[in-house]
Amino acid sequence: MLENSTQYTIKDLKSPNEIRWCPGCGDHAIINAVQKAMVTLAIPIEKYAVISGIGCSSRFPYYMNTYGFHTIHGRAAAVASGLKSANPDLSVWEITGDGDALAIGGNHFIHMVRRNIDINVILFNNKIYGLTKGQYSPTCDRGKVTKTSPFGTVEDPFTPGKLVLGSRGTFFARAIDGNVKKSHDVFVEAAKHKGTSVVEVLQNCVIYNHNIHTEITDPKHREDRQLHLEDGKPMLFGKDNNKGIVFNKKGKLEVAVIGENGVTLDDILIHEAGDVDGFIHQQLIDMKLPKFPVAFGVIRKVKDLVYDQCMEAQIEEVKENSKIKCVEDLLFSGNTWEVK
Amino acid sequence: MSTEAKIIELDEVAIRFSGDSGDGMQLTGTLFSDASALHGNDISTFPDFPSEIRAPQGTVGGVSGFQVHFGASQINTPGDLAHVLVAMNPAAIKANAKFIRLQGTIIYDSDSFTEKNFQKAQFKTTDPFEELSLHDYRKIAVPISNLTKESLKEFGLDNKSVLRSKNMFALGLVCWMFNRPLDYIETFITKKFAKKPTVVEANLKVLHDGFNYGMNMQHMTPRYVVNPAPIEKGTYRTVHGNQATAWGILAAAEKAKKPLFIGSYPITPATDVLQELAARKDLGVKSFQAEDEIAGICTTIGASFAGHFAVTSTSGPGLALKSEAMGLAVIAELPIVVINVQRGGPSTGLPTKTEQSDLLQSLYGRNGESPMVVLAASSPSDCFYYAYMASKIAMERMTPVILLTDGFLGNGSQPMRLPRMSELPEINPAHAHDVENYKPYKRDAETLAREWAYPGMKGFEHRIGGLEKGEDGNVSHDPANHQKMCDIRAEKVARVADMIPDIDVYGNPEGGEILLVGWGGTHGHLLSSARELRAEGIDVSLAHFNYIQPLPQNTEQIFSKYQKIIVCELNSGQFALYLRDQFPQFNYAQMNKLQGLPFTNDEIKSRVQKEMKGSLSC
Repeated sequence: MLENSTQYTIKDLKSPNEIRWCPGCGDHAIINAVQKAMVTLAIPIEKYAVISGIGCSSRFPYYMNTYGFHTIHGRAAAVASGLKSANPDLSVWEITGDGDALAIGGNHFIHMVRRNIDINVILFNNKIYGLTKGQYSPTCDRGKVTKTSPFGTVEDPFTPGKLVLGSRGTFFARAIDGNVKKSHDVFVEAAKHKGTSVVEVLQNCVIYNHNIHTEITDPKHREDRQLHLEDGKPMLFGKDNNKGIVFNKKGKLEVAVIGENGVTLDDILIHEAGDVDGFIHQQLIDMKLPKFPVAFGVIRKVKDLVYDQCMEAQIEEVKENSKIKCVEDLLFSGNTWEVK
Repeated sequence: MSTEAKIIELDEVAIRFSGDSGDGMQLTGTLFSDASALHGNDISTFPDFPSEIRAPQGTVGGVSGFQVHFGASQINTPGDLAHVLVAMNPAAIKANAKFIRLQGTIIYDSDSFTEKNFQKAQFKTTDPFEELSLHDYRKIAVPISNLTKESLKEFGLDNKSVLRSKNMFALGLVCWMFNRPLDYIETFITKKFAKKPTVVEANLKVLHDGFNYGMNMQHMTPRYVVNPAPIEKGTYRTVHGNQATAWGILAAAEKAKKPLFIGSYPITPATDVLQELAARKDLGVKSFQAEDEIAGICTTIGASFAGHFAVTSTSGPGLALKSEAMGLAVIAELPIVVINVQRGGPSTGLPTKTEQSDLLQSLYGRNGESPMVVLAASSPSDCFYYAYMASKIAMERMTPVILLTDGFLGNGSQPMRLPRMSELPEINPAHAHDVENYKPYKRDAETLAREWAYPGMKGFEHRIGGLEKGEDGNVSHDPANHQKMCDIRAEKVARVADMIPDIDVYGNPEGGEILLVGWGGTHGHLLSSARELRAEGIDVSLAHFNYIQPLPQNTEQIFSKYQKIIVCELNSGQFALYLRDQFPQFNYAQMNKLQGLPFTNDEIKSRVQKEMKGSLSC
């Protein structure tokens, strides 16, 4: 046992269990970034609780030396909601995947976000069902050929960030499995945010969907294909950091190059993660190759009422104003009569 | 002055109030029941209403009824047949004809006897009594609608508001007939409509006019006296079963010194449990109305993992949705209580009607070997005690527990002797203490319960989950370990038998000819029938079960003492099936009913009499 539970290293967060993800799986880097973020946050180790559903990513709690609960398919959000509501003092992390959160667990996912319960959700998006060996998921693009869609899917995918916005989410960020430094930063921000924080991590499944994100993550092109947003800073990207996002005449986002067509740095949009109006956040979430770079970092982070805190506050208020202080008070209230 | 009313002294009376589902019959019945309980009678009630909030007015499908049975001695059932039917329209007479005792009294609103209402109720003629062959009954026509209008003519209320008060006229009249003082009802109305003084005044006026009408019309209405019942000393109040269940849970949480969490989703007829607990923020209850049944139990499991005492409430279809998560609670060995207020099934079935058909679902309705403790309450007031015991077992033995009640118990009401907290058994949750030697699935040698450690407890960090695991909580696919863990989980449930009482037999505990066997909500009817049969000299006893899994330790021994066992239940034989599996050496005759209604005493008695004849002939 640690003497002081706030002073620990990444080693202290690793459970003795052997990690059984496939070699080269993006999950290895994500757990590394989560553990680093926890060290940075320096919350007493016993206050961390990692809750997962079912899927490759959901084995995560077994590899953590914190409290952990590997629950059932799709229900991690509900279990985590109960846990956090019961004890708001905990730092609750939900580990989930695109199938777990957006297919079987879609209902719990949107309602957790709507309630704004203070849970950090790490959504591993590998656009495939890995644990069941390669079936299509709700984030697969139309036409995707998998074992259950041998002729291609005939349905369109969810964009996780838009689902979060539609559920009145207060925090959404995007990260890449291999970029541990940036993932760490985003996870720390997510944990500090009060309310449900959803971080979509583009994760590579080496076995069943290898290179699904490579177009975006390929180091050769990443400067031109990734826009790393920072709050209060211009939305710049590109090898020479001279490309940026501007509004066009139709009020939509567009890529512009500084120095071309009279565009100056002043024309480039400044990222406001705290803008309550989600209009630009949604457009940023929606940006796709090849027309746009893909947006990463904290896209949305707005203040709002937090469910677990409101629940506690309401209880305190009612307690103060009620005459009923214990169960006997309750039983003997109302219309009672004596039998002698 | 007219002739004095005939005063009839009775041991017990059942009254059935009935009218359109918008006529306020549930309130009328409840007020009358409460007034009777306060008067010192023992009572039992049975609301019987359609699942539609406002079914088409005037039709038989839209009739809402409320039966109250009260008496000078112990009352165990709402009564098979009513002595008095109060009917606000022809449809109410049609719907309830079969529930009136021969030569009973029917008080009806004669103003409702119109062509239109006869048509709506699908009478072919204008004489409903003739059409239903209700010959040997005392029929009292009271122009309730017009008298109510007359009563309120000075109030300047619109017609709709006036007619809304006609239930108060009927209530006043019935109160006179049964010698109930009006003070309790007056206080209730005054409080309920405190912000609407005109409504208070109007309702009180109509109530008194109804009462006075009875007094003035003494020549036509008989007057009944039902003396107070001799009951155990103490402080009482009327409770309905769902309320008592919620209170039992609250009491258990307080006794265990645990914060209480309920994660649930509204479903008839269980919603009141959630509502009762949601109202108890003053006792620190965290109530979470989830997005669905699954989230109801999953938030509950999450709260249990957090170290709270956590419960979820539901009814049949909801229990089905919770199955997978119950399995998680079984393998994770977390203490939760799942309250299932049973209703008619399958599927949506009969949402507002009672049935006991979720027994097998409770015992076996999960994937894998997934044993759970199952308890069943047997009266509205003992819902308190069994909810308490379910909680105690869960927290001390680290197991999920299913508490079965049903629509009849949940909605029915009864006086309850209020316990002091000091009278209730101790609850000692299986908390972890020894941080050095903690392992998540290390067990108590006697009870096999694991220890409860939860996030926030320093040094006890551990992982649990739905995968099979070893003692250290780590995933294990080892064949021998899986066998061992399945055996342990079953044995842990079986050992709960050491904390439950032996079953008591009513009648002749030494043995005899016939043993009626029942469980859960049928207790009142089975007990009344057994009592009456014994009074007739028939050798019948009753073993009624509240602990279903595990069964009381003396079950086998008791069964062996009787020549014939008849298992009576409101399903097609689920408990009988279970008993045949547990004790195959006995023969089990069955009595089953699937009509959405409780047994009647007559049904039970004639079943036993048939059995007696059968045994004579062979």
